[in-house]
Amino acid sequence: MHEAMAPMTDSPNTLTYRRHVSVPFITVGMGTCGTIAGANRTFEAIQQYLGERDINARCVRVGCLGLCSLEPLVEVQLPGWCRLLLKNVQSSEVFPILDDLFHHILPAEHAFAQYRDEALSAWNGVPFVEEMPFFVLQNRVVLANCGKINPFDIDEYIATGGYRAFQKAISMYTSSEVCDLIEESGLRGRSGGGFPTGRKWKSVLFTNATQKYLICNAEESDPGAFMDRAIIEGDPHRVIEGMAIAAYGVGASKAYVYIRTEYSIAIQTLEQAIRQAREKGFLGQNILNSGFSLDISIKKCPGAFVCGEETALIASIEGKRGMPETKPPFPATQGLFKKPTAVNNVETLANVPAIIQNGPNWFAVMGTTQSKGTKIFAVSGKTKYTALVEVNMGTPLRRIIYDIIGGIKDNKRFRAIFLGGPIGHCLTESELDIPIGFDELRQAGLSMGSGGMVVLDEDNCIIDTLRYFSHFMKRQSCGKCIPCREGTRRMSEIFDKLTRKPDPAYKAASIERIKSIMQLEPLADVMRTTSLCGLGQSAATPILSALQKFKNDFEEHLYERKCSANVCKQLRSYSISPKACTGCGVCAPKCPVEAIKGTLRSTYYIVEDLCISCGKCVDACKFNAILIQ
Amino acid sequence: MNDDNIDSILKEYPAGRQEYLIPALQEFQLRWGYIPGDAVKKLAGHFQLPASTIYGVATFYNQFRFVPRGKYHFQLCYGTACYLYGSSTLQEELESMLGIKDGGISDDGLFSLEVAGCLGGCAQAPVIAVNGEYYTHVTLEQLRKMVDNIRMEESLR
Repeated sequence: MHEAMAPMTDSPNTLTYRRHVSVPFITVGMGTCGTIAGANRTFEAIQQYLGERDINARCVRVGCLGLCSLEPLVEVQLPGWCRLLLKNVQSSEVFPILDDLFHHILPAEHAFAQYRDEALSAWNGVPFVEEMPFFVLQNRVVLANCGKINPFDIDEYIATGGYRAFQKAISMYTSSEVCDLIEESGLRGRSGGGFPTGRKWKSVLFTNATQKYLICNAEESDPGAFMDRAIIEGDPHRVIEGMAIAAYGVGASKAYVYIRTEYSIAIQTLEQAIRQAREKGFLGQNILNSGFSLDISIKKCPGAFVCGEETALIASIEGKRGMPETKPPFPATQGLFKKPTAVNNVETLANVPAIIQNGPNWFAVMGTTQSKGTKIFAVSGKTKYTALVEVNMGTPLRRIIYDIIGGIKDNKRFRAIFLGGPIGHCLTESELDIPIGFDELRQAGLSMGSGGMVVLDEDNCIIDTLRYFSHFMKRQSCGKCIPCREGTRRMSEIFDKLTRKPDPAYKAASIERIKSIMQLEPLADVMRTTSLCGLGQSAATPILSALQKFKNDFEEHLYERKCSANVCKQLRSYSISPKACTGCGVCAPKCPVEAIKGTLRSTYYIVEDLCISCGKCVDACKFNAILIQ
Repeated sequence: MNDDNIDSILKEYPAGRQEYLIPALQEFQLRWGYIPGDAVKKLAGHFQLPASTIYGVATFYNQFRFVPRGKYHFQLCYGTACYLYGSSTLQEELESMLGIKDGGISDDGLFSLEVAGCLGGCAQAPVIAVNGEYYTHVTLEQLRKMVDNIRMEESLR
């Protein structure tokens, strides 16, 4: 045990906070969001700069700080100066920016914030992070290290106190005590269901079996959610440590991380982290002489939304089609290879080390009576920042949207939030004051979802977004049970009809269009009550919730055949301006339904009943004579 | 690819153990960009499963393709954020410009198109990746130029 404590000593490269540096220190945010924004090229340009100018400095890649829309984010700390946060640093701008900085001239356009340190010189006119609502109003517990430490270096994680909780767990507590501690803390599953984690672990622990498994569910395929990815990319060892404690708690000697193949950076980071943890002796046989052994393998999910469901996930790891099974038996008693299996979400597991380290009371103080701790949200869409935000449970959504990430982009009007993506609820402005929490939201008829939050502004159409979700669900339905397979298909057809004018060639089209809307609610009800798994049961959730809250939008599309956000292209009305039309006749042959009539050199006109609003005439007309309404 | 290649990959995975089927399929997908028909038959032999089961598993997941990729593989992000910023319009334009649909490859083998799940660039929406190179905040005009440039370059070869 004493020998095992050896890695805890600070080696020269474990200066995590790096308050006082002797050579310039530069970090570049290179998570997926940074990489897509061009951080790789920025990183190369910085190294090229340091080489060409012959400057002795360290340049390190870190994960995502949570300000995805300001990527590539670069932090520079010069000796004697406060650490400076620079936004949108593209590779082409690296040389002028660094030239300025090294002469202590502030690149004002890029300077975003600085970290206060009384002992160091501050940059003039740059706000301090503790003055910025984005940083102050958050409580970054799980994300504490993200964007700060080098995820490829286990020593940096250890320097922040990492792996101490795991050592504490295996040296001080029995497995059932670990489960007790987690249960006492009030930690609940972060993937949306909110099942008490400690209770889940206990049912695995107390099931008799020769082999047990732990699965970390990183199959985050809700489009618009990226919490789990950011945690793994920014602080992989926290997840591994959480898994190690969980595996000890449930008595598993084999653990899997089930992760989306698309998360290539997260997978690389995790592979490296697992390797390092093995080398340090935190994974493997007889860990730290405790008698506990654990091996972690990565399983890449080849892409299926339904595999986020635990029984489907297990089928996929077993090499089968990822189709869910009826429960019970629950995976906790009969899971992977028919053995007791604990399936936990990434964020849930990442919460575990700090609970063990600081005790359950530390955790239980945060949050509301029933929902403890913090929750991470990935906010995207029409907000000022696309960001990753961690707040205490009990925080109202309004604070996240308006105070932390600065409200709606370009001063547009807020329209709705889709909380939890294609299987979550939609919320209107009046619901923004509801505090976040499993039960608080449930009482308001909503659900927390996994943390994906998509914000719509006045330019977006609710009906079109629902159509997008319905098509997504149709593609992702596994096809095993009929209510989901057929229901999602019918739902998508209904939304197709709603966002397009009735086909004039088909006489009953109009009446069917109206009838289908009337069938929407009973259809949703059947799906909710009779589908096999959560996917089918909640596939209609956003639609039902929008039917109540955005009735006007439905009516406008249905009766007036109009989309006031002007998104649904096939509902647009086209006409030809008699003033602008030269009678050239170019448009008429382009019309696929021969709706444009007229004779050469006189004004053409569009027969509205025939027009399918495809817009081909607009592209064809050289005189801008086609009017769109 | 040839039989030796397929066999050398299969050697890495224990025979008859279905839990290694997906990793093996992923290796094929990674090497060639698609799952060749011969590989399905070989996999069936290796894992002692009917070829229909192999095909059933492979078709279930979005990652696996059964036609090769084009020289320029377009991945269009279809996540929610990209959709709100107009990726459906980009999709229509791409499909009409390239003359192919999602999962297809153009007759000249130059272009292939994949409408992908979230690529992870929600802040940079809409996002398109061509052969793994990302293009952010893509507009229709940029997209047209991109395709035109590729066509021009290729015609000069």
